[in-house]
Formats: sequence, C-alpha cells, structure tokens
Amino acid sequence: MSEPKEIEFEYSRLVVPFGPIHPALKEPVHFKVTVRGEEILDVDLVLGHAHRGIELLAQERNILQNLYLTERICGICSHTHTTCYAQAIEEVKGIQIPERAAYLRALIFELERVHSHLLLLGVMAYEIGYDTLFMQIWNMREAVLDLFEEVTGNRVHHSMNVIGGVRWDLTPVMALRVSRVADGVEDAQRRIRTAFMDRTVKKRLVGVGVMSRADARASCLVGPTARASGLTMDVRKDDPYAAYSELKDDYSVVVSDGMDAMARVDVRVRELAESVNIIRAILGRLPPGEIRLKESPMRAVKVPEGEAVSRVEAPRGELIYYLRTDGNEGLRRLKVRTPSQANFAGIRQMMVGGELADVPVILASIDPCMSCTNRLTVVDEGAGRQMNVGLDELRRRRASTS
Amino acid sequence: MPGIVERSRKKSPWLFHINTGSCNGCDIEIMASLAPRYDVERLGCVLVGSPKHADVLLVTGPVTRQMYPRLMNVYRQVPEPKAVVVVGSCATSGDVYAGSHVIEGPVDVNIPVDVYVVGCPPRPEAILKGVAEAVQKKFGG
Repeated sequence: MSEPKEIEFEYSRLVVPFGPIHPALKEPVHFKVTVRGEEILDVDLVLGHAHRGIELLAQERNILQNLYLTERICGICSHTHTTCYAQAIEEVKGIQIPERAAYLRALIFELERVHSHLLLLGVMAYEIGYDTLFMQIWNMREAVLDLFEEVTGNRVHHSMNVIGGVRWDLTPVMALRVSRVADGVEDAQRRIRTAFMDRTVKKRLVGVGVMSRADARASCLVGPTARASGLTMDVRKDDPYAAYSELKDDYSVVVSDGMDAMARVDVRVRELAESVNIIRAILGRLPPGEIRLKESPMRAVKVPEGEAVSRVEAPRGELIYYLRTDGNEGLRRLKVRTPSQANFAGIRQMMVGGELADVPVILASIDPCMSCTNRLTVVDEGAGRQMNVGLDELRRRRASTS
Repeated sequence: MPGIVERSRKKSPWLFHINTGSCNGCDIEIMASLAPRYDVERLGCVLVGSPKHADVLLVTGPVTRQMYPRLMNVYRQVPEPKAVVVVGSCATSGDVYAGSHVIEGPVDVNIPVDVYVVGCPPRPEAILKGVAEAVQKKFGG
C-alpha cells in the first residue's frame, strides 16, 4: 500500500458485487468485480458459502459411511469422488479390484464426463444467450441420465462404487443401450460443434478470457482449462487408474492453442468424441468375471493404519484425495483438492482487462463447481460483513488498490 | 379486473431458487425440469431472477452458516402470500451433513416450510409435484 497522500480518487471506479445469489450463478459464490465503465480492473473472489465441513465430518464417520459422504461433495461428478476415495482405501488395504470392475468404473466415469461436458456446453450456450442450443444440449443430456438410471439405479448420485469393486453389473441389454446412446452423443457432438462455429457465437467467445500457456502453467491450472491453453496434461494418460492403462491407445488428449473461452469450449466438445471412443472400447473389450470382491461390509471397514494419495481426471481436471486411516474403521484425515479449486487461481488473469458483460462467459468457460470448491475454504466467521458494498467499502477499496 | 392476481398466481406460479450450500444435485434437477424433457414453462412456471418477483421459493441445501443470513434475507423479500418448497433430503433433514459444525439447518428450523420434496436428489417429476402441491395448499389452485 502506498502513501495515503498519493491516492488519486477515481470516482468512475465501481465495485460490482456478483452473488452469492445472482440469476447468472446457479451456486453460491461471491465476486467483487471492480470496473471503470465497462472495463474490468480487478476481481476478487469470496468463497465458503457452500462450506459444509465435509473433511471434518469424514473424520467422525467410518470408512463405508464416508463413501456416501464423499459422493455428496458434488452432484455433477459424484462417481469421480467415490472412485478417488475408493482407490485410496483400496491402496491402503492393498487389494486389487477385479478387471471387470475397473472397466465398469471407467465406463461410468466416461459417461459422467459426457454428461458433465454437455451440461457445461448447455450452460455456456445459455450464458451467451443461445437458448435454443441450451435446450437441445440438455435434451441430449437426458439420454445420458436415463442410462445412468438404468445401469446404476440413480440419475445423479450413482452409488456405483463400493470398496473393492462396483455395485451393479452391465447386462448385454444395457450394453446395447449404452452403445446406442454413444452413437447419439457422437451425432450430437458434431451438431454442437457446428453450432459453436457460428460467426455470432464466435464473436462472444473468441479472444475472451485469454490465458497464455506460461500463465496457465504458473497458475497451476488443470483439466480442460489447462489443455485449452496448450498444456498437455491428463491423469488418465499420465498416471492411469481403473482400466485406463489398457485403454490408452483408444483415445488422445485433446489440446488447443486458442487460450480463450472459445478454445475451452472447443476442447470440451472434442473431448465428447474422445469419451465416446473410450466407451466403445470398453464395450468391445469388457472382460468377464466378478464385479467386486466377495467381502462382507463388516470386513470391508477393517482397514489397517496407513495413508494414501489417489488422483483421477475429473471432468474439470485433476482431483486429488489424500487420506490417513486410523486402523480402527475410521479416518484420521481426509484432504480433497478439487479441480475447480485449482482453476480459480486463473480467474483474475482471465477477467482483468475484459468487459463486464464477459464475466458470466469467462466464469462458465472454466466450468466452476462451487460445491466442490467451497468445502476446501476455511469459513471466515466475519465474512458476512464483507458483503456490504457501500461507501465504506468503496473507500477502503480505493485505499487498498491504488 | 377483479381476482386476476389470484388467478395468475394459481395458473402461473413464479419460482425463485436459492442454493443454501447443496451439492448441486438438486439444483441440476431443478434446471433439468426446465429443459425440454420436463419443461415446466409449459405448465406456467417461470424461474425468475429476483425473490421480489416470486410466489414460490425453492430451497436446496442444508443451510450453511454463510448462507443462513442470505436465506433469511431472500425469504423476507418474497412478497406475501408465498409458498416454500424444500427440495432434497439435506434441506429436509440435514442428510449426510447432519452434525456438521457449520450447518444451521435444516431449512424448517429457520423458515416455515409448506412442502418437502425428499430424495437425494429428487427426480424432476417429484419437484414438479411439490410445486403443484404448494400452489394448491397456499393459493388454493
């Protein structure tokens, strides 16, 4: 902070609060966007509105209960969280899941990626005012949700994973349906790609929220957001889990050098096609056999003392779990680093210099998941006070930013 | 025209959705009920951007400490008569988050609730039924 005397008062400078309850946000998060006219000068982020204390709750419950708790970290990538958690527990226990279970985990994983990417692309279309495309994409997404319901029994929280395998098997009839939906997704992917190539759509997305390759690396971005800035990184390739080590020749990592919102959309659209490739490969090569280890729940919670780190490629990027068991059916510590948490590091870089109207577009382009992110933030008891954006706030802001 | 406000409220309830720290599951199902498969707009429901325009308040999430003052604020802003529909198990009872040190919920501890839609998350059909029941109960539709 410089000398108070040197402050130049800019009366045109304004802090625009976004959220936590705002029509453009479906989840609670609070942005303070400082603007001069339409130009964004600074962005500040207040998290913690959805902080539910899950990491602490996990320490009070046993290992099986935590499977359901971690599933409810996020409603979009629930299978991702349970897979990551189950992998860590399996590593501590030193058990190997059956091959068929690994393939089924990967299958649900890719279906979830398809559903998550379709959801984001729909939201993106909605943010730029292309409601027809939003409706079309979300209609396609329903077909994937139907599949989830048929295979796992649930539309959103699938409850597919158990410690040591998966809960439900894939019957030949289901496999046929999955392959039919995969064809549908491939077809829809082509149409979505054409729609996003439209001149008017490009005007809203090209050159918006630019994140250079060097900045993306420095900010430790992950997932499609990093890949759209030209970084080749994908946990499925770099550190294969489930059945991905056997599927690595069936797909490629989608990378784009566009570095803007358009590139982030494009990466996701092309990843849909790669997911379809993986799904087809899984259906073609699904090995026979058991789907889980035969073990009673009473024995499943018996885990020796130990610690493990597990990581998976969630639809939004790399998800890391660290856990330490206490040798007595419970956990001593659970630590979760979600991809949205990593990607928020880049949000200021993307927004500053842009226009106020681009805020929702940039925000949607990193596909933030607040319910994942907030749970990592320590709740500041006094944070309610920060909401009041009045003269005091403006004055304080001027003093601290100049 | 006499009675037009009451009639509109019955035939076309406007909804406002507030997420008080849920996992997104219910919020996505609410959004899915707007998508072509369920399409609540054909039944006259509109999701509005301001609580001051709303007749029905859809609340999801277990009410975290941070969202508690905002929930009360939004509830006060919805004009009377209003109906409150709680969507999801964690908003109804706390569900897996029960016992957490940052949860001020469930919702009915803080504000009067008319209809509970349970499920983790409930299906879009259930959400629609919940809204229809709330309209019938409060506005006599």
